[in-house]
Amino acid sequence: MSSKLGLGYINRCSPVHSLTGATKFLMAVLSSVAAMITYDTRFLAAMIVGAAIVFKISKIRFREIRFVVIFIAVLMLINSVAIFLFSPEEGVMIYGARHEIAHLFGRYYLTQEQLFYMFNVILKYFSVLPMALLFIVTTQPSEFSSSLNRIGVNYKIACSVALTLRYIPDVKRDFDDISRAQQARGIDMSKDERLIKRLQNVLSVIFPLIFSSLGRIDTISNAMELRGFGKNKTRTWYNDRPYRIADYLAIAFCAVLVAVSIALNAVNGGRFYNPF
Amino acid sequence: MDNTAIRFTNFGFKYNAQARPTLYDINFAVREGEKMLVVGPSGSGKSTLAHCINGLIPFSYPGEITGTLLVGGRDTKKESLFSLSKTVGTVLQDSDGQFIGLTVGEDIAFSLENDCVPQGEMISLTKEAAAMTGIETHLSHAPYELSGGQKQRVGLAGVIVDDVSILLFDEPLANLDPATGCGAIDLIDRVMRKTGTSVLIIEHRLEDVLYRHVDRVVLIGDGRVVADLPPNELLSAGFLGEYGIREPLYLTALKYSGVEITPEMSPENIDTMRLYDADTDKVKSWFACPAPPPRVSSGIPFLEVLGVNFSYDEGRKALSDISFTVYKGEMLAVAGTNGAGKSTLAKIICGFETPDSGRVLLSGKDLKDDGIALRGEKIGFVMQNPNQMISKAMIFDEVALGLRTKGLSESEIKQRVNETLEICGLYPFRSWPVSALSFGQKKRVTVASILVLRPEIIILDEPTAGQDFRHYTEIMEFLLRLNKTGVTIIMITHDMHLMLEYANRALVFSGGRMLADSTPAKILTDPKLVKMASLKETSLYSLAKRCGIENTSGFVQHFIDYDRRVRNIE
Repeated sequence: MSSKLGLGYINRCSPVHSLTGATKFLMAVLSSVAAMITYDTRFLAAMIVGAAIVFKISKIRFREIRFVVIFIAVLMLINSVAIFLFSPEEGVMIYGARHEIAHLFGRYYLTQEQLFYMFNVILKYFSVLPMALLFIVTTQPSEFSSSLNRIGVNYKIACSVALTLRYIPDVKRDFDDISRAQQARGIDMSKDERLIKRLQNVLSVIFPLIFSSLGRIDTISNAMELRGFGKNKTRTWYNDRPYRIADYLAIAFCAVLVAVSIALNAVNGGRFYNPF
Repeated sequence: MDNTAIRFTNFGFKYNAQARPTLYDINFAVREGEKMLVVGPSGSGKSTLAHCINGLIPFSYPGEITGTLLVGGRDTKKESLFSLSKTVGTVLQDSDGQFIGLTVGEDIAFSLENDCVPQGEMISLTKEAAAMTGIETHLSHAPYELSGGQKQRVGLAGVIVDDVSILLFDEPLANLDPATGCGAIDLIDRVMRKTGTSVLIIEHRLEDVLYRHVDRVVLIGDGRVVADLPPNELLSAGFLGEYGIREPLYLTALKYSGVEITPEMSPENIDTMRLYDADTDKVKSWFACPAPPPRVSSGIPFLEVLGVNFSYDEGRKALSDISFTVYKGEMLAVAGTNGAGKSTLAKIICGFETPDSGRVLLSGKDLKDDGIALRGEKIGFVMQNPNQMISKAMIFDEVALGLRTKGLSESEIKQRVNETLEICGLYPFRSWPVSALSFGQKKRVTVASILVLRPEIIILDEPTAGQDFRHYTEIMEFLLRLNKTGVTIIMITHDMHLMLEYANRALVFSGGRMLADSTPAKILTDPKLVKMASLKETSLYSLAKRCGIENTSGFVQHFIDYDRRVRNIE
C-alpha cells in the first residue's frame, strides 16, 4: 500500500514483528504518553537511543522510512522557526535564567535557554516518532483491526479501518484514470489554469470519482452482509495472534517508562529539567 | 420436507422506489443437487430474482413481495439476511469489488470470523475451502496480486467455507476473458459435484455457460418466466433471439445451412452434438455459397507504434518491443487477457504514460512532445465505465464540457454539440438528465463527448463489457456507423464475438508481447495462438471441423458476413 509514501507494512522476520499488533499499538501509545509528560532531556535522549535499538532489532532499514523521517524533520524545522518567531523568550521564562548569545534584530535575541528549549521540543517529537513508525511498518494492516478490537474498539469500526486500507489503492487508481481521461478532453488541472477554473476542472474529476466510489461501497456492503457481517456482537479474527511473554514484557516496560516520566516530574519539580 | 432447494410460488416483487413490479407471477423450483441457469436480457429482472433468493430483497432493498418464496423449505419473508446466508452462498458479479479482506485467507475466512469460529478451526476450514477451488497456494496474497479468475476462486471459496446448500452466481462471466470464463464454469461444475450443492447461475452469455452441462434453463423476459426447459429443448425451440439472448453461434450457423435443430440432436454442446451426414453436407454446401468480399483497409498508415518498451515504477515489464501500424479508417481490435498489456498500450498512445523507448507517430509525426491535452485533440479515449467519465448532470453540458474549456463561443458550441448528438442518436434526449439514461445510452454520451472534439482516432476500452446482446449490438452498430464516417476506431477487448463481428483486424497481446496481427477469423481458428493468448476457439471452428471443412477461418468469415446480412435485413 502507498509504497511511495514509505508508509506501509514491511514484512520481516524479527522479534518486533512477532509481537501482536495490539502490543505495538499500546507501546506506541504508552511511549508517546511518557514522552509527552516530561521535557527531561536525559529521559528523552534515552528514549531515542532505546527506540533506535528497537528499530535495529526490527530489521527495518532506514532508507525504507527515509521519506517520512525527512518529511517530519522538515516540519520540525518549520515548527522550531515558528516557535522562535512567536515566543523568542519562552526558554528564558521556563528556565528562569538568561544567557544571551547574540542580538538578532528587534526584540529577537538568541539565548542559550531558548535554544535548549527548542532542542527539547525536537527531542520530544523524535522520541515519539520511531515507535509510531515502527507500529505502522511492522503491523500487518489486517492484524491491526483485530488489535484495535482487542483493546476495546468496536469491531465494526476496527473493520472499517482495514477496509479503508484495502480500498485506498483502488480509489487512487480510479482517480488517476479519471483525471487523465478528463485531461485528454482538454480539462486542465495544472497550474497554467486560473484558480477558479482549475477548481471547476478538479470537480469534473471528483464527481465521477465519488459516483464510482459509491458504487463500490454498495457492492462491498452487500458482499459483507451476505457473509454475515454484523450478525453477532463480537467476532473472531483470522489474523489474530495470541499474547506471549514478550508481549507482556514489552507492555510492562512501556508502562514503566510512563511511571519514570511521572516520577521525573516530581524530582525535577516540574516538567522541565533545568541545567541553568 | 420435500427435496426442493428453492421454490417460487406466484411470486412477485415491486421495489418501493418504483411504480410497477419488477417480477410477476414467478413459478419455478430448483431441486436439491440441481444445476439451473437463469438467462434474460438486462433489465429483465434476473438480478432482482437473485437478490430475492439471497435475502438482499427485502432486507437491504425494501419492497413489496407477493406470493411465496421457499429457500431450503423456509419462507424467506420470515427469515433474516443472516439466516439465509447460511443456506445460500452468493458469488457476486464484481469479483474485485466483493473482495473484503486484505489477503486471500482473510477474505475466505470472513464469514467464519463473523460467526465467531475459533481461530484454529477457522484456519483449517479456510485451507479446505481454498483447496476445493484451487487457490490454496495464494492464501497470503493481496487482491491486487491476483488475476480476475483467481479473485473469483477466492469469492467461491468464501461462500463454500460456510457449508451452504445452494450456490448462487450473479453473472460470473461478466469480467472474465474467454479462457478464464471456461475455467470458471468448469470450476463451478467440479465444486458442485464435490459438495453436492444446488447451483443457480444468472447469466446472459448462454453459450459460455453451456460449456458444462446444466439441468435446466429458465428464461426471464420482462419480469416473467418465459420458459423453463432442459437446455436441449430450449435451444431447439428457437425463440431465444426474441428475448435478447444470443443462441450459440454453431446453432445459428446450422440454421443458416438449413439444418433443423431438434432436442434429439442434443444441441447443448458442439462436441457431443449428434450431426448426421445430411446435416454436415448442408453446412458444406452453405459454405460454398459466395460471400461478399472482405472489407479492405485504406492502406494509408495513420498511427504507427515503433519498438515501444514500457515498465511500471515497480519494475514490472508491461510492454516489450511493440510495433504495429493502424491504417486510416480501420476498426481495429486489441485483444488479450487482463494484464496482457492492452490497457497500457492505450495509455501510451494517449500520452498518459511515457514509453521507456520507442516512438508513437500520428500521420508520420512523432508525438513525444505532445502532452495529454494536445494528443487528446487527435486521439480520443473512452473509458470502460461511462460513470467514470460523466461529470455533468445534463447531457448537453456533458458533451459541451470539452468545448467550453477550450473557450469556444456559445453559439459554435451549440452547433457542434447538436451535430454530434445527432450523429450519436442522442439529439432527442439533449435536455435530459444523464441519470435517466440506460448504460448503453450513457456510453454513447461519453463517445459523443469525445467525438465533439473531432478526434481522428477513438480508442475504446471494453466498449461492451457486461452488456447483453441487444445493448451490445446497439453500441457496436453505432461504432460501426461512426467508423464509416471516417473515424478510425481502436477497441480494447476480450470479447471474441466483438472481435469477430466488428474488427477488420486484430492485434493479440499476451504477457506484454504482441503475438499476432491478423484477421479475427484467422486468429480464432488458430488453436495454438488461442491457447497462448488465453482466448477461446469459436464454436464455429469446432463446427467446421466436425463437418470436415478444412478452411476453418474462411468458414468463420463466411458466417460473420452472412450473419451481418441476415441481421441487417431484420
